[in-house]
Amino acid sequence: MIAHGRRVLTEEMVAEIEALAPRYPNRRALVLPSLHIVHKALRHVPLDAVVDIANVLGFPPAEVQDTLTFYQFFHQEKPHGKVRAFVCRSIACALRGGEEVLEHLCTRHGVEAYGTTEDGSLTIEPAECLGACDFAPCILANDDLLKNLSPESAAAAVDEVKARTP
Amino acid sequence: MTPFKPVLLEAVGVPDGYTLASYRARGGYAPLESILREKQPADVVEMVKASGLRGRGGAGFSTGLKWTFLPKDHPGPIYLCVNADESEPGTFNNRFLMEDDPHQMIEGTIISSFATRATTAYIYLRYEYPHAWNRLQAAIDEAYAAGLLGNNILGSGFSLDIYLHRGAAAYICGEETGLIESLEGKRAWPRIKPPFPAIEGVFRKPTVVNNVETMACVAQIARRGVDWFKSIGVPADPNNPRDPGSYGPKLYCLSGHVEKPGCYEAPLGITLRELVDHFGGGVWKGRKAKAAIPGGISMGLFTEAEFDTPLDFAGPGRVGCLGLGTAAVVVIDETVSIVDFLHNSCRFFAHESCGQCTPCREGTSWSLRMLERIRAGKGRLKDLDLLLELGNTMGMMPGSTICGLADGAAWPIKNAINKFRDEFEDYIKRTNPEGWMVTDPVPALQIVGAH
Repeated sequence: MIAHGRRVLTEEMVAEIEALAPRYPNRRALVLPSLHIVHKALRHVPLDAVVDIANVLGFPPAEVQDTLTFYQFFHQEKPHGKVRAFVCRSIACALRGGEEVLEHLCTRHGVEAYGTTEDGSLTIEPAECLGACDFAPCILANDDLLKNLSPESAAAAVDEVKARTP
Repeated sequence: MTPFKPVLLEAVGVPDGYTLASYRARGGYAPLESILREKQPADVVEMVKASGLRGRGGAGFSTGLKWTFLPKDHPGPIYLCVNADESEPGTFNNRFLMEDDPHQMIEGTIISSFATRATTAYIYLRYEYPHAWNRLQAAIDEAYAAGLLGNNILGSGFSLDIYLHRGAAAYICGEETGLIESLEGKRAWPRIKPPFPAIEGVFRKPTVVNNVETMACVAQIARRGVDWFKSIGVPADPNNPRDPGSYGPKLYCLSGHVEKPGCYEAPLGITLRELVDHFGGGVWKGRKAKAAIPGGISMGLFTEAEFDTPLDFAGPGRVGCLGLGTAAVVVIDETVSIVDFLHNSCRFFAHESCGQCTPCREGTSWSLRMLERIRAGKGRLKDLDLLLELGNTMGMMPGSTICGLADGAAWPIKNAINKFRDEFEDYIKRTNPEGWMVTDPVPALQIVGAH
C-alpha cells in the first residue's frame, strides 16, 4: 500500500468497482470504469483519488494517472460544473451554426471555452462530433441531448437543465 | 429509385420497438434458437462468408474472412469486441441501432460469438451516448432474464456474457487496436500490426472487433438468408477478381445542408445525389450544393459534379476519396468557404490525434496552425504545397504511422486543395495582398527550428 494523505474513495465507490471485477480477466481493465465511477461522483478525479484507485486495483498510481491524462474527458485540478455542456463544433454542427452556439453560451455565462462559471453550476466544453448530426447543432448537457439549437434556444435549454440539476 | 423497405431500421417508429417482446414479435431470436439447435460454429462462419458481408465500421473488410483468421482449436478464451465508439464526424447510424433496436445487435453479437467461439463480448460504447447506454443495458438485462445470455444458452451448451464498457470521448478508440488498449485500461494507443487482433487482441487473446451495424447485419442474414442479402446492393465486378462486391442494405447518415437530415437505409450503391434528393429533401433553403463528405470527414470530399457517384465500397475511391467509410454524408452548400471546411477538418484531427506517431501528431497540428494562419489573412500560396506535402506523407498508406487516423486527416486536405485549388488561391490572394507570394519560412517555423 502506498501511504497518502486523504482517502477520497468511499466504500460505495470501492464496492462499485469491485462489482465490475468479474467482468474482466485482470484488474488493469478496471481503470477506466474506476475513473468513471469517481468522476461521476466527484466531477473530477483528484490525485488522491488516483492513488486510491491504484491501491484498490493493486498497481502504481503512475499507471492510473497515465491512463487518466490520455482522456481529456477527465477533469483533475477541480470539479467541472454541476452541468457539463458539450457543445459540438464538428463539421455537421458547424455548418448549421454550432460555433455561434458555443460563442453565445460562453459570452452569456462569462467563461472561456472549457471554463466553469464562478458558482460552479456550468462548464462549457467544445466537443467533437456527438453523433447527433441529424439534430445539428446540438449539445450534450449531462445526459440530455439538446437538439436543433439556435444561440438563443441553446441558452434557454441549458438554463432548463441547470434548473433541474440539484 | 426502386422502393426499399427498411430492414435494419424496421424498429424505428415502432412503439416499444426496443423491447424484447417487440423484437420477438418481429421474428427476432428465432434464428438464434435454430442456429444453437442445428448448426456448428463453422456453418455460421460459412454463412457470413457466403453472404459477402463487409464490415460496416469503415474499412469494409469481409466479416466472415476476418473470423477465419482466428487460430483453429484455440483453448480460449476468445473475445468479441463490438465497436460502438462511433465518433467519425457525421456518423450516427449505430446510435439508431442501439437506441431503437438494441436486441437486433445483441442477437447478431450472440450469433457472431457462437461462430467465433467467443465466450465474452464487450460492447465498447462511446461516452456521448447515454441514452444508448441505458437502452442497451436494459436489453442485455432482458436477454439474461430470458436465458439468451449467460451459461448454457437455451440448453445448447454455449455460454456467453455481454458487458457494456464505457469510453471516455476519444476518437482513436474507434480504431480497433486503440479500442483494445483502452479496454485494457491503458492509453488508447493503436498497436503495431501484426500481430492482428485475431491472433493477439484484448488481454493478449484472440479477438474479433466488429462494428454495431455489422452485428445487426449478421442477425438479419441469419433471419432472412444469404440469398436475400446478396440480392441487395452491387455485385462484384466480374472484370476485377479482387472486388468482393458491395452486398446488403446500408445505413446512410445524412446531415449538413439538407432539408431533412437523418439516418436512412438503402441498398448499397445508391448515389449521393439520390440520397440527398430522395431522402434528404434536397439541399436546404433552395441553395445549390458545393461539395459533400461521402462517408465521414476522413474520406475526403465529393464536388457537386461528383454527386452521381454510387456510395458502395468501390464508388468513392473512383473520384479520389479514401473510401465509403461510415457512409455518413454531410452536404456543404455554395455559401460555405472551403477554407473554413478544411479548417474544421484539421482542427478535428489535431484534437483527436493520439500523439503516438510523430508524422500524425505534428502533421495534424501543423496543418491546423497553417489553416489558422491562412484564415487570419497571412496565407501564402506556398502553404498549399506544404499542406499537400503533409497530406501525402502522413498516414498508414505512405507508411509513416501505425494507424489510419492520419490517412483520414490527410484525405480532406488532399481532396479540398486538389479539387478546390482556385478557391484557396483566390482566398489567399484576397486576404493577404501583400504577402501571398512570399516563400520564405514563416517566423513560427524559425522558432521551432531554434529548439
